[in-house]
Amino acid sequence: MEHPLSRDVLRDPEAYQRLARDRETPRPVLLNSLRAFLVGGAISFFGQLVTDVYVHVFHFSPKEANNPTVATLIFFAVLFTGLGWYDRIGQWGGAGAIVPVTGFANTMASSALDYRSEGYVLGVGGNMFKVAGPVIVFGVVSAFVVALVRSLVELLVRGAVGG
Amino acid sequence: MLDVRQGRTWVFPQPPAIFATATVGGPREKEGPLGKVLDRAYEDPYVGEKTFERAERALLESAVAIALRKGSLAPENVDLFVGGDLLNQIVSTAYTARSLGVPYLGLYSACATSTGGLALAALLVASGAAATVLTGAVSHNLAAERQFRQPTEYGGQKPPTAQTTVTGAGVAVVRPSGLPVRIRAATVGRVMDMGITDPMNMGAAMAPAAVDTLRTHLADLGLSPTDYDLIVTGDLGEVGRRLLLDLMREAGLFFDPERVRDAGLMIYDRERQNVLTGGSGAASSAIVYYGYLVPEMADGRLRRVLLLATGALHSPLSVQQGESIPGIAHAVTLERE
Repeated sequence: MEHPLSRDVLRDPEAYQRLARDRETPRPVLLNSLRAFLVGGAISFFGQLVTDVYVHVFHFSPKEANNPTVATLIFFAVLFTGLGWYDRIGQWGGAGAIVPVTGFANTMASSALDYRSEGYVLGVGGNMFKVAGPVIVFGVVSAFVVALVRSLVELLVRGAVGG
Repeated sequence: MLDVRQGRTWVFPQPPAIFATATVGGPREKEGPLGKVLDRAYEDPYVGEKTFERAERALLESAVAIALRKGSLAPENVDLFVGGDLLNQIVSTAYTARSLGVPYLGLYSACATSTGGLALAALLVASGAAATVLTGAVSHNLAAERQFRQPTEYGGQKPPTAQTTVTGAGVAVVRPSGLPVRIRAATVGRVMDMGITDPMNMGAAMAPAAVDTLRTHLADLGLSPTDYDLIVTGDLGEVGRRLLLDLMREAGLFFDPERVRDAGLMIYDRERQNVLTGGSGAASSAIVYYGYLVPEMADGRLRRVLLLATGALHSPLSVQQGESIPGIAHAVTLERE
């Protein structure tokens, strides 16, 4: 490959972009992966602990414990966001902090906090879902498409089998 | 008619002087290596205000008030105020102009606003259009994050090439005479866009503009980098600086890398503080130039310095629309009398 400095890179955008890529500080992928694993794992482990508490201490059935567990995780994510800790955990742990449900709660809480200065209706109400919006939109749309496909397939199969 | 043109550079036959300067900063700037040079450092990122946007305004107003006090000037003595910030419609500067009550021209060169304003201020004074011009720039980390990137408490991870917007302001008063620090020449840069699209690597987007303006400025003046004690860019950061040095070598410039510095690397200690590739924002250059370099020159420790602030001229929307990031750099040569 041609050395990026062998011609006037300011006349050649592609050559400059190659040079820029070459000079980037590389991300420590292995270290980042390890950190993400630790943070994501810790959050999930904590979630499991919460479920166990609801099951063994408060006598919920495992299925009944789901919703309270999620609510508890949301509570802590929002609390940490408000205390200014979540973004530091996120910078260190990367994708480990994006895991649902805590990541989702953080996006909504952080958006709400920032837009409070524009009032509760247009500010908080209008912007709370700014970062989480795509998750909801594409989650619902894809669920709809999958359900549609499944129904069609079921219909066809039943028709073919004659039942 | 006053003829200051030498190529694309303005060279002032009677160089205007920096009359007074003032710089203020936030908590991170106070902890940084230049914390002591700040006229005022605020522990509270809200600066006692209700919103980050108001805080940014308060920072600029504070710097302006301190500069006027240091120069024993009243707002009425100011003929023109030329400044800018990073927020939409440069509101912080507009509201500061409101409280100042003087003729105001808002300027947007992103993080190159400091030297853009200084160049304009020098031209206004040299041409006789104004006797006292106030110029400066302000930025606030959290206001910029909110506008350009993600909510301030969002848990996303930034790459090592990302920068940390400086919270603070730097202003200067320019007059026909004042401190023994003269504005010898200024080059208004042209926009350079080499197709960089990553807003988390603005250093790469701005380096081409820096070297383009640098080459023009030096060629027009007939000077080389070795004629300067220091060449200080505004906010290229570690990554952008690497690219600048590459481009300078490739341009055939002879220089000592130790004398090519970056304000974003001077205002923070990258080892101690989590600032990724360095400081950025309109205040990065303004604080270092007006708070550190000008006083060093006034005290006789520096003789000739090139201020080369750099800016990334994208908008939050342009990036989302897939546009690349255009860069710009304005150069000002300061000389000790």
